[in-house]
Amino acid sequence: MTIRIAMTVNGTEYARDVEPRLLLIHFLRDELGLTGSHWGCDTSNCGSCVVWLDAKPVKSCTLLAAMADGHAVRTVEGLEQDGKLDPVQQGFIECHGLQCGFCTPGMMMTARWLLDHHPDPDEAQIREAISGQICRCTGYENIVRSIRWAAEHNAEHKEQP
Amino acid sequence: MQVPAHVEYERAVSVEHALSLLGRPETRVVAGGHSLIPMMKLRLAQPELLVDINGLAELAFIAKDGDQLRIGALARHADLLDSKVAGQHFPIFHDAERVVADPIVRLWGTVGGSLCQADPSEDLSAAFAAARATAVIKTPDGERTVPVREFHLGPYETVVGRGELLAEVRVPIRPGTGSAYEKVSRRVGDWSIAAAGAVLQLQDGIMKQAGIGLTAVGAEHFVAAEAEDYLRGRAADHDTFTRAADIAAEHCHPAADQRGPEDYKRHLVAELTLRALHRAAKRATAESTA
Repeated sequence: MTIRIAMTVNGTEYARDVEPRLLLIHFLRDELGLTGSHWGCDTSNCGSCVVWLDAKPVKSCTLLAAMADGHAVRTVEGLEQDGKLDPVQQGFIECHGLQCGFCTPGMMMTARWLLDHHPDPDEAQIREAISGQICRCTGYENIVRSIRWAAEHNAEHKEQP
Repeated sequence: MQVPAHVEYERAVSVEHALSLLGRPETRVVAGGHSLIPMMKLRLAQPELLVDINGLAELAFIAKDGDQLRIGALARHADLLDSKVAGQHFPIFHDAERVVADPIVRLWGTVGGSLCQADPSEDLSAAFAAARATAVIKTPDGERTVPVREFHLGPYETVVGRGELLAEVRVPIRPGTGSAYEKVSRRVGDWSIAAAGAVLQLQDGIMKQAGIGLTAVGAEHFVAAEAEDYLRGRAADHDTFTRAADIAAEHCHPAADQRGPEDYKRHLVAELTLRALHRAAKRATAESTA
């Protein structure tokens, strides 16, 4: 049995017939081909699957796609705007914020949310914000530096046309 | 790859609609889903129908109403943590919410879901039990109220029956009250090895009322009743708190597991109860002189 669901993902409307048991992470990856969001622990512990549901980051491995019906989803593919990287993405490049890259999409989606709400977070606030996410390369130092870099370059990014 | 078994899905558009859907056997409410959906993946839960209540905005509130703090079942953990009115009257909820899972889970997970999941290691159950809160359950005939201390029937089991829905939790606000929650876990965001919450109402240095909640240590209804009985009517001082903390440790039933042996957990109960009592008393004094 399938149900019809429709949602906006990164500004584009999608509608699909899905089984109610389909998880949002698999909907994004397998139905829409948006493989930027990663599927990790399956238990909402690791955070590699973090996407935004409306204006909030959520762990998409413990959310049914049906629960996002009628909502707006934003994934890591939606960070870049008009060919220009988000300061968070640029920060991860500048400060070597990734090694294997598996945790990176979730880390960046949480970082974007953090900076939208706390534009100038200190190290403790950054570590608290990403405390629900696991980097198995243990590259936390550089992830924190990357997010700080993004905070410092956020304003100038916004000023540019 | 872990995926839930086949399940039907309905989105409730009103409390009445939710109640009618929940009348069907093998139906479960889904809100945050952080516990239920992993349990479905593991076939520990196999509902035939999920009723999504995330659209029921009327259950997403936190407000002071006379001498009660009212918290809707759909209030998110982050809402409770951010609520000034909750923190003003019950700092225990802020203490507890700070250590519930992680910030992302707290944005989506709900207060009602935590209570209804009835996980013995869940923090809010002990906090609400310590505060002598009341659960408001919507039923097909109207509603009924159940003290949180009678809400849990055992691990993963509550008094909420078929066709019923936990709608809100009401916490009595009493003058001169202070509260606190202390938890030890293996790492940030993990379940408690043990935790203790205390809610004390002081009058001229004497404990008029005392609530002690214990998490993850097999305390019946999450409560240290013998320690509460000992505290009531006594002076709020270190010796009294130490004795009460020892009584709490003596009467709980922790199980040895990968988080630690029984004697270690009893040690934690005594130490965390003592710390929570001291902090609660300090806050009660600050409140009555404010």
